[in-house]
Amino acid sequence: MKTETSQIILKAEQLSIGYKTKKAETVIASNINFELKKGQLIGLVGANGIGKSTLLRTLIKVQPELSGSILLNDKNLKSTSIVELAKQLSIVLTEPLTSKNLSVFELVSLGRHPYTNWIGNLTENDTAIIKKAMTLVNIFELKDKKCYELSDGQLQKVMIARALAQDTAIIVLDEPTSHLDMYHKAYILKLLQKLTKDTGKTILFSSHEIDLAIQLCDTMIVMQKDNVVCNQPCQLITEGIFESLFPKDLIVFDDKTGSFRVTK
Amino acid sequence: MNNQKTYRFQFLCLSVVLLVCFIVNISLGSINIPLNAIFGSFFGTIDTTSNWNVIVINYRLPKAITAIMVGSGLGISGLLMQTLFRNPLAGPFVLGISSGASLGVALIILGSGLFGGLFATALATKWSIVIAASLGSFLVLLAVLAVSNKVRDTMAILIIGLMFGSITAAVVSVLSYFSSAEQLQQYIFWGFGSLSNLSWSELLIFFAIYVVGLLLSISSIKGLNSLLLGDNYAKSLGLNLKQSRLIIILATSLIAGTVTAFAGPIAFIGLAIPHLTRQVFKTTNHKILLPAVFLFGAIVILICDTIAQVPNSDYTLPINAITALVGAPVVIWLLVRQRKMMF
Repeated sequence: MKTETSQIILKAEQLSIGYKTKKAETVIASNINFELKKGQLIGLVGANGIGKSTLLRTLIKVQPELSGSILLNDKNLKSTSIVELAKQLSIVLTEPLTSKNLSVFELVSLGRHPYTNWIGNLTENDTAIIKKAMTLVNIFELKDKKCYELSDGQLQKVMIARALAQDTAIIVLDEPTSHLDMYHKAYILKLLQKLTKDTGKTILFSSHEIDLAIQLCDTMIVMQKDNVVCNQPCQLITEGIFESLFPKDLIVFDDKTGSFRVTK
Repeated sequence: MNNQKTYRFQFLCLSVVLLVCFIVNISLGSINIPLNAIFGSFFGTIDTTSNWNVIVINYRLPKAITAIMVGSGLGISGLLMQTLFRNPLAGPFVLGISSGASLGVALIILGSGLFGGLFATALATKWSIVIAASLGSFLVLLAVLAVSNKVRDTMAILIIGLMFGSITAAVVSVLSYFSSAEQLQQYIFWGFGSLSNLSWSELLIFFAIYVVGLLLSISSIKGLNSLLLGDNYAKSLGLNLKQSRLIIILATSLIAGTVTAFAGPIAFIGLAIPHLTRQVFKTTNHKILLPAVFLFGAIVILICDTIAQVPNSDYTLPINAITALVGAPVVIWLLVRQRKMMF
């Protein structure tokens, strides 16, 4: 039992998320419970507007939870300072970079910030970690390019390398496959799977690529209007979770192939 | 690995150029002073009562030092603002910081007519002008920051900066209606910008505030670098956003505020120098950019000032006109030739 709990890195208990203004509380999703284990690839899926981004933003402490708790390595996220958090959790967001004039090496090396001194000098160890991160995602030959010269797929890989260079146990990605073509969608998700195997990191991503997620993820979190389920993909198929994910007038889920198809 | 270039060669070249510009700036003017006399005055080896020595020590040297602080200071505050406001067009002049300082000064110089004669003599000293200009720029910067937190659209922030400029112009028009010709002249001359007329004691105060601003800027280097990724990423790297924003703003308003207070609103240096620097130093790392902008700003303004002196003549052109003549084409060139202004 004890080894079981030590494997859990991120845990949500009775979590309720949404937005709080002075006057009112807008609850977007509530009663969220899940446990994420070390070294797993976890896909977060759900319809548009169901609260995937809000959940991720809450998990990375960009916005506060309404109620319930998030435990990161058995420590409440509320009491984790952003400096501590920077060494435990790194992110890849959908928002565009502020400066596209950064070179790839400069961008990836920013991931070392939580570890460098007051002026950001890179030690040999830092440079080695940066090189390794770039090699892991196959972008080493791009290191001197500027970000505005990169394609969307390349930029996504660079952002993943930056998160790797931050050397955290968890990486959270918000829709890493949007804007990408079919090949690159599969490429990025396959890369994430490989990274969990090679580095032992826990990677949580949100995506609309349910078919790909079913094939690649160890665990999936499915967000629906009234409940949030977390389980292995094949379990979720057996339970028939995906059938009720979308209205049935246009697409139906085929549990034999594990994919959606358009109704004729 | 050549990614961590230290740019030693470029820095060495720029330092030599700065030194040459510094000497040339002191040497040229209405009277040209030979090199040996300049070095003689520096090291006290010529007669201290000689004309050359008096000119160098009391006029040319303070002016050249002022120029270095003004040029580098405006360049650095431009760099800080371009990163903080995620906007390549940001700069002390565009965002209304200079307008804020002008408004403060206008209230002191022109408004003293409204407050009555006794007040006037007490108010319109050099120190009250300095304080008013710094306060004015700080307040405008705070307002711009408050707006930029609410409005994500950078275009809106620029327009708000322009509006501050209009408000200043309007208030100045109203005030000038009530003020005397001398007060008006004093304000207009301040508005031309001037690097001269600073005594050594004033220079010392300028230097002290400038150094504080500079140290604050240097302490923000790491934060500025992570801000290049965007606010959420910067936070995820452990940056205390509120605190670093405040420090950057404080540094900018200290530097831009005192520069404007002592030297008047000097256009385009703050906007153009960071871009010029990025063309030469192809990096976004503020650890390299900050000293590079310092050198470039100082060099460019020393050259501008040398031109403004119109060597071998009795004329002195307003420094503001020269910096605009140099700076505006640089901005146009960047937009047309590079088709992008990035930071």
